[in-house]
Amino acid sequence: MIAAPSHRRRSHFFQRLMFWVFRLATYLVLACATYIFLDIGIKGSRTVFTSQAPFINLKFLTQPPQTLYVFDYNGQKMELSDREFRQWQETHKENVEATSIAYSAGGIWPCIVGTALLVVGSMILALFIGISAAIYLSEYSRETRLIRFIRIAILNLAGVPSIVFGLFGFGLFVIFFGWNVSLLAGWFTLGLMILPAIITASEESLRAVPQGLREGSLALGATKWQTIRKNVLPYALPGILTSSILGIARVAGETAPIMFTAAYAMRDEMPWQVTKWTDFFFQGVMALPYHIYVVSSKIPQNEYTERVQYGAAFVFLILVMLIALTSIVLREKQRRRLSW
Amino acid sequence: MVSAIDMPQTMPQEVSPQTDQPAEETETARVMIAVRDLDFAYGSHQVLHNVRLEMPARAVTAFIGPSGCGKTTLLRCINRMNDLVDGARITRGAIHLDGIDVNAPEVDVVDLRRRVGMVFQKSNPFPKSIYENISYGLRIAGVNKRSRIDEAVEKSLRGSALWDEVKDRLDANAFGLSGGQQQRLCIARALAVEPEVILMDEPCSALDPIATAKIEELIHELKTQYTIITVTHNMQQAGRISDYTAFFYLGRLIEFGSTAKIFTNPSEKQTEDYITGRFG
Repeated sequence: MIAAPSHRRRSHFFQRLMFWVFRLATYLVLACATYIFLDIGIKGSRTVFTSQAPFINLKFLTQPPQTLYVFDYNGQKMELSDREFRQWQETHKENVEATSIAYSAGGIWPCIVGTALLVVGSMILALFIGISAAIYLSEYSRETRLIRFIRIAILNLAGVPSIVFGLFGFGLFVIFFGWNVSLLAGWFTLGLMILPAIITASEESLRAVPQGLREGSLALGATKWQTIRKNVLPYALPGILTSSILGIARVAGETAPIMFTAAYAMRDEMPWQVTKWTDFFFQGVMALPYHIYVVSSKIPQNEYTERVQYGAAFVFLILVMLIALTSIVLREKQRRRLSW
Repeated sequence: MVSAIDMPQTMPQEVSPQTDQPAEETETARVMIAVRDLDFAYGSHQVLHNVRLEMPARAVTAFIGPSGCGKTTLLRCINRMNDLVDGARITRGAIHLDGIDVNAPEVDVVDLRRRVGMVFQKSNPFPKSIYENISYGLRIAGVNKRSRIDEAVEKSLRGSALWDEVKDRLDANAFGLSGGQQQRLCIARALAVEPEVILMDEPCSALDPIATAKIEELIHELKTQYTIITVTHNMQQAGRISDYTAFFYLGRLIEFGSTAKIFTNPSEKQTEDYITGRFG
């Protein structure tokens, strides 16, 4: 065998070394993802699923959070929710030393509802403004200095930390407009936060519509708006919507923008329990990410709070995964249907 | 070349002995489109220089010349498709459609494009049904009566010799048609709005010889009712389908005359070189 010269051996060594560095970096990502999913999945499923039929902890999914009372009674460990504890006291007429643990009984139903409301409202808002702006940028505007400046502004907006959006929303909507902590303030704050993503995605989808369709339509005597409405937007819209579904995951997941603008740590009424319909927009709501934040950092930790934390995180993860999955399925369908 | 530009190819009052004057040949030939001393530029880059040309009605005029010579640009000036291009503008001269300056402020570009239809190099059917492709132009013009649209769809599909091939599947997506059928569909789409002029920008460049032959045949039939202006790279095609030919080189009109004259006895050496293939 011919001995390789020393410099060749060295370069071979580095080639193998770098290969392993890259490989390990990739596996590290996998390891982290697996750990997170397994940890939340295993611990969370203990809360969400039950051993008996219907196998799903419906109480957890359909009830508001309550305070948990834990005490010993005749050597038996009792875990009762707020309401159950009061009933128990009435029937037993006894005073017991009970430890109360906030939020650890009941469920997360109002949080699911609140998050859904926040997502729907802010997405409608962001889609309306975002698609309009994208149409202007891609179809109407010419590449002037102002437009270039606007594009830079959009890119910068995408890089603004979400807590800054939260403070901005707090200052403008909550304080200056006097909307208080409300759905409306949350919608606008979250909507503005994902606006850059929506504009960028919409513009890409619009630009993907072949120029020939526009020219063909214009050459038949269509106005620019007729062309956009009948011959550009319909083909861009599925793409816009599918890429926006990923925006939903972000809106649902952010805590910082809503903690000052829309989220309550605890609220007894459901959002539809309002006296006037206009009050609907000016009420704060509970939200999943904020609830997880509250039970994980605002109250003393113990085994009972852990149940809620992991349960809520598990439900949250499933919801976001479902949304992302829908997006992927829709996009694949879309790609097969419209290929130029 | 300078002499060629100075020569009044298209001015009837100054008939030059070398250039053939199509308008003089037939007494009835009405001038449909007149290009008057046109200069055109994309930004600071001038692409058309002093083009003078009169295209008669109900005849086929072919623009020939090497790539980048400005034929397509001139074609797109006629229905003002160049309005879509940033920085593109006519710097001098004018184009008259049936006596009306197409760039005059009172001319509505929508009306202009309804009178001047266009067929593009790459067939661009809309991703809709065949029926909707044809009815599109009528609907945007405000025609909603189903019977009238049905009638127009059949008429234009017959007009583009596509009716027999697609009459049983009008609701099928236009993308399912072959390339040649798609291009004929685009012609039918243009016919549906009943234009006076049809501009064709290399309508056969992406088609096979059989589909090309069909389109050429179609052009031959259409010229009895429409003024057709077509850009082509194919010399034989220009010879086959057109009545008049304009040869462009580097943004200038070198020669314009009846196709027979241009192809058999061109006045300019450059024209002859190009047609015979001796051109660089």
